[in-house]
Amino acid sequence: MDVKSTKNFVFWLFCQFELITCSYLMEPWEKVLFYSFNLSMVGMLFYTTYVCVAAQLSPALQFLWHLLGNQQENAVSAVK
Amino acid sequence: QKNGVSNGTLYKKTFIEHFEQAPMYVAVFTVVGFAVGTIFGYLRDFMRAWGLEKRNIAEEREQQKDFVPLYQDFENFYTRNLYMRIRDNWNRPICSVPGPQFDLMERVTDDYNWTFRFTGRTIKNVINMGSYNYLGFAETDVNALKTVTIELEKYGTGVCSTRQEMGTLDKHVELEKLVATFLGVEDSMVFGMGFATNSMNIPALVGKGCLILSDELNHTSLVLGARLSGATIRIFKHNNMQSLEKLLRDAIIYGQPRTHRAWRKIIILVEGIYSMEGSIVRLPEIVSLKNKYKAYLYLDEAHSIGAVGATGRGVVEYFGMSPDDVDVLMGTFTKSFGAAGGYIAGKKGLVDFLRTHSHSAVYATSMCPPVAEQIIRAMKCLMGLDGTTQGLQRVRQLEKNTRYFRRKLHEMGFIIYGNDDSPVVPLLLYMPGKIGAFARRMLERNIGVVVVGFPATPITESRARFCVSAAHTREMLDTVLNALDELGDFLQLKYSRYSKSSHPELYEETRLELED
Repeated sequence: MDVKSTKNFVFWLFCQFELITCSYLMEPWEKVLFYSFNLSMVGMLFYTTYVCVAAQLSPALQFLWHLLGNQQENAVSAVK
Repeated sequence: QKNGVSNGTLYKKTFIEHFEQAPMYVAVFTVVGFAVGTIFGYLRDFMRAWGLEKRNIAEEREQQKDFVPLYQDFENFYTRNLYMRIRDNWNRPICSVPGPQFDLMERVTDDYNWTFRFTGRTIKNVINMGSYNYLGFAETDVNALKTVTIELEKYGTGVCSTRQEMGTLDKHVELEKLVATFLGVEDSMVFGMGFATNSMNIPALVGKGCLILSDELNHTSLVLGARLSGATIRIFKHNNMQSLEKLLRDAIIYGQPRTHRAWRKIIILVEGIYSMEGSIVRLPEIVSLKNKYKAYLYLDEAHSIGAVGATGRGVVEYFGMSPDDVDVLMGTFTKSFGAAGGYIAGKKGLVDFLRTHSHSAVYATSMCPPVAEQIIRAMKCLMGLDGTTQGLQRVRQLEKNTRYFRRKLHEMGFIIYGNDDSPVVPLLLYMPGKIGAFARRMLERNIGVVVVGFPATPITESRARFCVSAAHTREMLDTVLNALDELGDFLQLKYSRYSKSSHPELYEETRLELED
């Protein structure tokens, strides 16, 4: 079952994370604190990425189409 | 025509030592682990200081709070916050002889390792990869211990005196003569405790105005003895002959610090096998250096006597040198002989001096007779004086086991430190989270290992230390190797970058493909 092996793999990855950051050694309430801190950091990272990238992406794409559009017009006029 | 090996004429056989460095990401992850541990340590200390959590550490009474503090909180930061979390992997009580397999008392904790309680059950037949039992003399076989039982019934257990008063028994004289014959020196003296042999005899040999050149990774007993003596101590890098030579030259050129007079004595302290690294001392080079610069050599063979050498006579025999090259030969009976105590051997003048001037000889109780008899029987077995070849077989078995174990671990891809011939095998774990996980999971598989962390090793290089024994059978070693293989994959411990075959077969099976 591919689902089972994926689940095992994800669990194993989580174990590696626990070992590397020493959260394997923490008491349950410390783990809750640590994971909530980590998840909030990751959440904020995603939010910032979404906002910044979305805000910067549309002007960038517009600029790109403008360049390409000009080239097409120039090429068309040269052919003519 | 090939180019010669450097110092090719000094070493009669190849000297291969490994100290591989792990990839960079391992160091990064180790530091991350320690950083998280430290942050949570500060958090817990804060909670303890503000009363949000119960204090389990020692503290003064209410009336003494205004006095000078008795317990410095921050010094024990590491012990309180990191060591306590994985404390259940150390000080495990055993309840049988520490042979190749032993029984452990089962221990549980209710409050995260601050207190333990015994459930009353024992875990039987745990494979022992931690005891210093190199030749397998820690045994309870009645035939083997026959002479020990006779001596126990003849002398009892206590000596009740020091060597100088009434504690010198005929057993001690017999043992000292035997040790001297075994090592090939003129005379020897035995003491009741190995640690005390080092720490009490070095002050007798050197004093103020002398220079001690000690290896970086020397054992605490040597360091304590050196500090107690009052001599000047200089450290040279571990097994590094250039560093040692530079120190020797500086010592002879510049003399004592302020007065620039010549040093009264220069003594080099080294060990035969270093127990945390598994490396063997470069004895031929040190002896040539000491002869050139006229220094004395003190060799501590605690782990190497009985464990290396063609007939088990230690590093001196391993390198094919004569015992006259080393001035003071010291060793312990704890590791390879299944007993307790230490010896110092050398020229008769040296040993006679120590008999009168050593603290251990004058004030410490002498070795008890059954233990002395155990050493006598083990040594006679090793030398072949009991009429069998059992001693030589044990040495050969240890050599085979060591080579097999180390080779398999290298092939699997673990980072192992040390010389290829040393029975002490440190396996590097690096990350603090893996120390606890490794030891606990090995115990679940019925294998007992010793893991070592910060104060005994550098902070980023924690390790698991295996001690191979002649009493381990091939099946036991294969069980351990299989468990290590699985655990290495699960915990991602196979950091070595050198090529190895993936999962070599442990059992040699002839493959016969029969066509029907």
